Amino acid sequence: MLTFTLRRLLLAVPVLLGVVFVVMLTVDLLPGDAVTLMLGEHATKDAVAALREHLGLDKPFVVRYLDYVGHLLRGDLGRSMQQNRPVAAELADAWPATLQLTVAALVIAAAVGIAAGVVSAVWPNSLFDAVARLASLFGLSMPIFWTGLVLIVVFSLWLNWLPVGGAGSFAHLVLPAVTLALPSVAMVARMTRAAMLDVLREDYVRTARAKGVGEVWVLGKHALRNAFIPILTLLGLQSGQLMGGAVLTETVFSWPGLGRLMVKAIFARDYVLLQGAVLVFALAFVVVNLLVDLSYGALDPRIARQG
Amino acid sequence: MGQAWRRFRTNRLALAGLALVALLALTAALAPWLAPYDPARQSLVEKRALPGGKYLLGADEFGRDILSRVIYGSRVALLVGGLSVTIALAFGLLLGVAAGFNGGWLDALLMRGVEILLAFPYLLLAIAIVAALGPGALNTTLAVGIWGVPAVTRIVRGSVLALRETEYVGAARALGAPAPAVLRRHILPNVLPGLIVYATLFMANAILLEAALSFLGLGVQPPTASWGLMVSTGRDVLLVAPHVATVPGVAIMLAVLAFNLVGDGLRDALDPRLGGGGSSALTSP
Repeated sequence: MLTFTLRRLLLAVPVLLGVVFVVMLTVDLLPGDAVTLMLGEHATKDAVAALREHLGLDKPFVVRYLDYVGHLLRGDLGRSMQQNRPVAAELADAWPATLQLTVAALVIAAAVGIAAGVVSAVWPNSLFDAVARLASLFGLSMPIFWTGLVLIVVFSLWLNWLPVGGAGSFAHLVLPAVTLALPSVAMVARMTRAAMLDVLREDYVRTARAKGVGEVWVLGKHALRNAFIPILTLLGLQSGQLMGGAVLTETVFSWPGLGRLMVKAIFARDYVLLQGAVLVFALAFVVVNLLVDLSYGALDPRIARQG
Repeated sequence: MGQAWRRFRTNRLALAGLALVALLALTAALAPWLAPYDPARQSLVEKRALPGGKYLLGADEFGRDILSRVIYGSRVALLVGGLSVTIALAFGLLLGVAAGFNGGWLDALLMRGVEILLAFPYLLLAIAIVAALGPGALNTTLAVGIWGVPAVTRIVRGSVLALRETEYVGAARALGAPAPAVLRRHILPNVLPGLIVYATLFMANAILLEAALSFLGLGVQPPTASWGLMVSTGRDVLLVAPHVATVPGVAIMLAVLAFNLVGDGLRDALDPRLGGGGSSALTSP
């Protein structure tokens, strides 16, 4: 298990270095010179040159990349160009809100999705199954920024139950979390149904039933446990969907998180901040998938032994 | 192939999806004849007109007919979606075959690249690319297309690797068939069916992604009638005229649903063993 863990950790390092490279390369192509934007149209040539030098933009790409990685290792992400604050501080202000939102959505997706999938698989082709499958098709097809607006219209404007946007209390979290979770609920339900149907056909489930093991125990201990690896993989992948979706959800609900910060950074051409925000998202995604990988080893000892 | 079609035909949901896709294509093709008004015609006295009456689906902030704009929006959705699918498939096929068929250092290099691109959470890579290229329909198409390349590459490489190990490919090579012939006759025909399924599901995602980028203001720009953009402008008047934002969203949902249904149906028809499984839209939002 230890070598397995170490191997996976080491494999993540080049991926992260590559992510930094791609982000910097893309951001390098940003339209409109950020420096001109900061100084205004009428800045003197000298002032522009001085600021470019100050920001290190006059150096070749490879040098800037190595510089950035060097600073990154010391936790220094540069200074945002609009606020002139350390990017690390701006990201630190924003990420707890995004974490709260995505974790809430992931919990909803796992709980509702797995429950619906199990019920569908236990009574396939029942009315519940038919409704759940149709609902999940719609769930996968709804654009979440639109779902969010529809929920606002219904629950905030018509029923007046929940706030339109902003953050601060549990009531503020409900609509954004549900909005963000919906497509993932649909995916998890589909996947759980398929995985459970597969497992329920296995010999060991038939044997357990033949032995007279109670149905709840058969489902929980024998079936769901074995169906869990594909479900867990999906949840790991879904966490990426949730982070991306958070950009949209945060915009719709004025949720003060990383996603909204990132969109603001794009419009302000604040590439240092944009770079930092994208990096944090990618880092979080890599870490989640690493955790999923490691938990395979815990769930199924055979995987850990193969390394 | 005939068998697959017979199976597809018995799948009512898939047929409904196919009908919706056909309807969508017709709407896009016949937009100028179907739209009751010019999608750009403003009538400020009638702004935010409610659905029913003169404007079947109401009018937006500038008094433009929402129905006409939804009809014209189908062109943007299908065009951006279709072209980005083409980009993703073309490059994904090329890179996937190169990696899978050659193996060795090229394979290792390409797969590390794919891993890095897949490390970006959904949407973020497309956002970064479109932020770099600048907004507009063409750049949105490029961003969505590039976003799809790593996933297609990985899928193609996987099937090429599996096919390379089959006996008939081994036999063809042992008999001295040159590599391009093996590729053309034995590998590509077997990779394509699976890729068609993926392309259909990717189309659903591409439409969603275009709408999302346009909603954020990074994609298609006004005054073009893009569904995502329409939802975004409606957001400002959500309190007084909720229909302006909600109506175009229904169009997005139906279009995405249509391609998802066809994709699911194709997958089940081509590979009945999978049977209604859930792994289809793994890359979906």
